[in-house]
Amino acid sequence: MLHVGLQHFLVVGALLFSLGLLTVATRRNAIGVLMGVELILNGANVNFVAFNHYVTGGVSGQVFALFVIVLAAAEAAVGLAIVLAIFQTFRSIDVRLADTMRE
Amino acid sequence: MPRKIVIWVVLAALVVTFVGVLGARMAEGAVLPEIILGPLGLTDALFYLFAAMTFAGAATVALSKNILHSALGLLAALMGTGSLYVFLSADFLAVTQLLVYIGGVLVLILFAVMLTNRITEVKISNASLGLVGGGALLVATVPVLVFVAIATPWATIVPAELAPTTREIGNAFLTRWLLPFELASLVLLATLIGAVVIARKELKQDEPDTSVS
Repeated sequence: MLHVGLQHFLVVGALLFSLGLLTVATRRNAIGVLMGVELILNGANVNFVAFNHYVTGGVSGQVFALFVIVLAAAEAAVGLAIVLAIFQTFRSIDVRLADTMRE
Repeated sequence: MPRKIVIWVVLAALVVTFVGVLGARMAEGAVLPEIILGPLGLTDALFYLFAAMTFAGAATVALSKNILHSALGLLAALMGTGSLYVFLSADFLAVTQLLVYIGGVLVLILFAVMLTNRITEVKISNASLGLVGGGALLVATVPVLVFVAIATPWATIVPAELAPTTREIGNAFLTRWLLPFELASLVLLATLIGAVVIARKELKQDEPDTSVS
């Protein structure tokens, strides 16, 4: 029997979200920023699945989490392509240097 | 190195909490097998283990100076999250997390790390701006979120028995969520084309294009 309840999962999701926010806010490396975004999306996903299991039942929350995973994969692909383009242009992926749209 | 100290403090806090919980159970008079299988069930202990793994991974992503260590921390965080899905009877989602996130996104991120940091470069910088401001952000968000999560009286139901969810998810995708499902495929196609267009090398106008015969 599982004594762990909804609150435990919500706390894990909140911690993931907060650490992702910290990463996005403080990283200078563009890839690090993308990692923070992945953490934030994972925190949201944990909440979706936990509420689905403990509050609503059914599979709607899981379906939504799957959509989030798909969009996160798309976001990572495009984001890393942009990072590579920035690296080719500026020879660095420091987000402070990429403040213009052209060379 | 304050960052290193922070990491060690976080890890030490986790270990102390785990040992403290076990010690409290022991003080109640339970012997070790009862601790693992008794009041604190094996499932609960596994939950705390995976939650700690997730948290340690996320902390590494946020605080490590080396971008490769951050990527490995992301691996731990994603695996921990995937394991937590199993506790929520989301078996299909757990496997999807493993395949898409760890097999796809993480490998993509590692590729980008390798491509943008020259291998010969000794110091793979992942420095952060203003750890003080970040800490203030953390202090502002974490207590609020945790308080809301714990204090709100959620209208919980008795969770369903653990059962395979693949059939229901397939049905839901092709009936109720059909339009978003098809739109997701469009988004993936656009992503595929967009990533190729953005990441390719631009040909200069005066250079003859040798790839076209």
